[in-house]
Amino acid sequence: MIPPEFDYAAPGTVSEALALLAEHGDEAKVLAGGQSLLPVLRMRLNAPGIVIDISRIEEIKGITESGDAVRIGAGATYQDVLDSALVSEHLGLLHKALTEVADAQIRHRGTVCGALVHADPAGDVGAPVLALDARMVIQGPDGERTVDASDFFVDLFETAVGEDELLTAVEIPKHTGWGAHYEKFVRVSHQWAIIGIAAAVRVEGGTIAEAKVGLTNMGSTPLRATSVEQALVGKEATEDAVAEACAQVGEGTDPPSDLNGQADYRKHVAGVLTRRAVVAAAGG
Amino acid sequence: MTEPMRGTSILGTEVRRVEDPDLLRGRGDFVGDVDLADPTVLHAAFVRSPVPHALVRGIGTGAASDAPGVVAVLTAAELGSDPVPPFAQINDRIGRTALATDRVRFVGEPVALVVATSRAAAVDAGDLVDVDYEELDAVIDLEEALGPDAPRQFPELGSNLALAVKDPEGEPDVLAGAHHVARLRMENNRMATSPIEGHGILVRPTPLAPASGEAGEVTGLDVTLGTQHPHLAKRLLVRWTGLPADDVRVRAPHVGGAFGGKAGIVPEHAAVVRASCRLGRPVRWVETRSESMLSMSSRGQVQYAELGVDQEGRITGMRARLVGDCGAYAGFGGSFASGSTRTMSEGAYRIPRLRYDAVSVLTNTAPTGAFRGAGRPEAAAMVERLVDHAARESGLTPEEFRRRNYVPADAFPHETKFGARYDTGDYAGTLEVALERAGVEGLRAEQRRRREQGASWQLGIGIASYVEVTGFGGSEYAGIRVARDGSLTVMAGTSAHGQGHATAFSMLVADQLGLPMERVTYVQSDTAQVRTGGGTGGARSLQLGGSAVLGAAVELRERATRVAADLLEVAEADIELVDGTFSVRGVPGAAVDWDDVARYAHDESDGLQVDHDFSQDGSTFPFGTHVSVVEVDVETGAVRLLRHVAVDDCGVVVNPLLVRGQQQGGCVQGISQALWEEFRYDEWGNPVTASFADYTLPSTGDLVQLETTSTTTPTDRNPLGAKGIGEAATVGSTPAVQNAVVDAVAHLGVRHVDIPCTPERVLTAIREAQRGEHHPWREPPAVFDDLPDLDAVDDVEV
Repeated sequence: MIPPEFDYAAPGTVSEALALLAEHGDEAKVLAGGQSLLPVLRMRLNAPGIVIDISRIEEIKGITESGDAVRIGAGATYQDVLDSALVSEHLGLLHKALTEVADAQIRHRGTVCGALVHADPAGDVGAPVLALDARMVIQGPDGERTVDASDFFVDLFETAVGEDELLTAVEIPKHTGWGAHYEKFVRVSHQWAIIGIAAAVRVEGGTIAEAKVGLTNMGSTPLRATSVEQALVGKEATEDAVAEACAQVGEGTDPPSDLNGQADYRKHVAGVLTRRAVVAAAGG
Repeated sequence: MTEPMRGTSILGTEVRRVEDPDLLRGRGDFVGDVDLADPTVLHAAFVRSPVPHALVRGIGTGAASDAPGVVAVLTAAELGSDPVPPFAQINDRIGRTALATDRVRFVGEPVALVVATSRAAAVDAGDLVDVDYEELDAVIDLEEALGPDAPRQFPELGSNLALAVKDPEGEPDVLAGAHHVARLRMENNRMATSPIEGHGILVRPTPLAPASGEAGEVTGLDVTLGTQHPHLAKRLLVRWTGLPADDVRVRAPHVGGAFGGKAGIVPEHAAVVRASCRLGRPVRWVETRSESMLSMSSRGQVQYAELGVDQEGRITGMRARLVGDCGAYAGFGGSFASGSTRTMSEGAYRIPRLRYDAVSVLTNTAPTGAFRGAGRPEAAAMVERLVDHAARESGLTPEEFRRRNYVPADAFPHETKFGARYDTGDYAGTLEVALERAGVEGLRAEQRRRREQGASWQLGIGIASYVEVTGFGGSEYAGIRVARDGSLTVMAGTSAHGQGHATAFSMLVADQLGLPMERVTYVQSDTAQVRTGGGTGGARSLQLGGSAVLGAAVELRERATRVAADLLEVAEADIELVDGTFSVRGVPGAAVDWDDVARYAHDESDGLQVDHDFSQDGSTFPFGTHVSVVEVDVETGAVRLLRHVAVDDCGVVVNPLLVRGQQQGGCVQGISQALWEEFRYDEWGNPVTASFADYTLPSTGDLVQLETTSTTTPTDRNPLGAKGIGEAATVGSTPAVQNAVVDAVAHLGVRHVDIPCTPERVLTAIREAQRGEHHPWREPPAVFDDLPDLDAVDDVEV
């Protein structure tokens, strides 16, 4: 439980951080809230030469309005996001998902962008961010670029962020007035999701006009259930009406088999929970 | 024996724990905190086997020895291949050395010890120790380990059997003539003991080695140890080191929980002691959570149990065949299937005919030890699940079936086939209180409503009535020393590690002498100060240690009264002691207070002190009934705990606050065994729940407000009338929850779900029942057809 020796740097600006990344390459690990990195270091699963702590960089802190979107800086903790009135008003799905992240201590330390870059498929942030069509703001030696969430998650613990780059913010289009629900399936409350269903729906006159559904831990990356989304459009926002559209959500997914459930079990439960999440999101 | 002064007595009241102000302010010392700033203390770190079963072909220590700060890298070659004197060993051919010699038998087994000037240096150098393992096949599954071709960790034994008991009086067919036989195969899951603090030891040898030069011969040891049994630990370390008993001191500072995991000493302690002796320098080892998860395990049984009942639902006979998991080697945990589980296999019931066979088997997993109940929760889980199953098959409610079969309240003392002498009990009494408190009739109406609706979340109500064995007879020591200023030092040979003995035992003394508790200082867990002691385990402390303290206080009161009589120049019989004042009956104003007596005793004689040994004839048998209420999602198998009602009877209660704490903590661990926790290995022997990220220990957010209450049926085996409560609620809660889960889905045809009742298991059972493929019974392994006689229970050394 003692990490191997490493160097430590706490740059004050993004450009300083990028310079350090350029200098150290794959020897470097970025520390934001440390809720994933520190256990990895302490269990000696990784031994970076240098840890670059970006938690003191002022320019990437904060949650701001950015046109039709809400911009969440890389310095924002889960709790900062939960406390943000902008998020509560415009990003109900993200707000609901973050209430389910681990425990209060972790929510006050861990960051949303840190979790996105860590890209653990059992984490609770990826599915809502993907479902809400977020844009990831990445800075590197050649300046800033934006990647759609649908292109961001590459594989298990792997994203579009390069070795010499930093995810500095995530911009999420406002979904004002959408109903939302995050259904997290766990055995004990602080656990990683066995599976999770992120659902947001826009209901017009009792009928689902638009639906967005993201899946946690149903594959090596967060997934978008597009066929379910399409099938839901035009359905009445009732349990019976949406059940059929949701039942096959597991089709084509490749969830893990582990202590908490075999892949087939996860696929079955995903169908049940998607129905419940959609109904809850629609206000049922 | 003088009665405690009831009426004005503080006994039976909720006195706050005197331990807490220090603990809550972070002022309590644990092994890892003692002498933290002492730069002469060296730090030890173990190199542990990453493989479950292998021959050790060589250990390269060169690079580690050359690493910065390293003082020594030690292996069995240096620390010895003689077996460590064990807390318990069930087969004398299966000893365990401090460090592995030629073979490793589980992931986490210590292979080398690095001693360095800092903990970080020791851990870093550990990574440089190069062990050459020749891997062997491992066996993990209990029943596979019984197979003729199973890999053997002790080839010379010829099998993986460490222990077997067969029932010599067993009738050939104890189930013959039954109207119906209820049968279940049940698994009792392996648990990680998980105290907040892991193991820890700080060893100070004398004389110390000179600053430069070789260590001389060590002649004495001062050991600070996180243990439940300081005096036993001392005896074991005296045997291990060969040092004179007078020159070895063992003391336990605050201990952050143990739950059975810190019984006596473990091989790691022995390794650190030898290292310290060899170096002539103080050495500390504090276990990490990762290490603790790899080494501290308990439970682990497969139970084949059958219950015969007649047409009225009365039990006619029971047959049980059990396989218990020793893990690697053959320590305390290996004794349960043949020992305490067998002792308690009749539960709270009259069982006219019983046959019980058991084997304990070696697997390439962590050695099992004690965990809160140590074999008795396993017995209650078996009996209560089986009784519930039989009730359902008999068409009776679970409470009615139990009422018809309890040992009745007027039948005590009651002796079981295997020699348990139940002292007192009123099993039906706790049942009725529990049913009433839970409102079972109303719950059943709600259950019917949900069933009729076809609701996703079905309601389950589970009952368990348990009886458990505590104290285990023997004796305990207590002493009281009165200082010249009248203050008292009370000591006992028990060793609290969270239980609150300082509070309860000080209450007993203060009550007997009519003095405020603030005048009492409590001393424990130090072999240099406390003459002897049996430590704390098996829920023995209040009944044995408390009775010893009470006996000492009564004796002190008598002596002090004699001193007061001498001082007042009256007959002893004319003195009465009220609120710390000795007065002469019928003579107003003729009085001396406690301080006068203390001063006089010191001035005129050799002071005031008593030593008292209390012996208890046999065990005591607390009991109770728990009712658990759960919801089960029939679409996903998820289980949600709604309520848990615990009615526990531990006889006379000294401090209800402490008892309630034990009930609540016990319930949480028992509920957790039923729903959440299981320590698991993959089929190759790699632990897959080795951190709290995977081992699903609950937190507050997972529990409900526990509804605990007590009834009081005193025992006649000690003057307090007290029975043990430390483990009782753990024993009672697990089967209540499990029965509730089965009850919730019984209308779908489910008859059994093994613990922990994970969502996937519950859903699987529902689906199997729907397909007509739910079979909660199969024939036990062939080993029981011709059980060898390996009855070594008498050899268990504790």
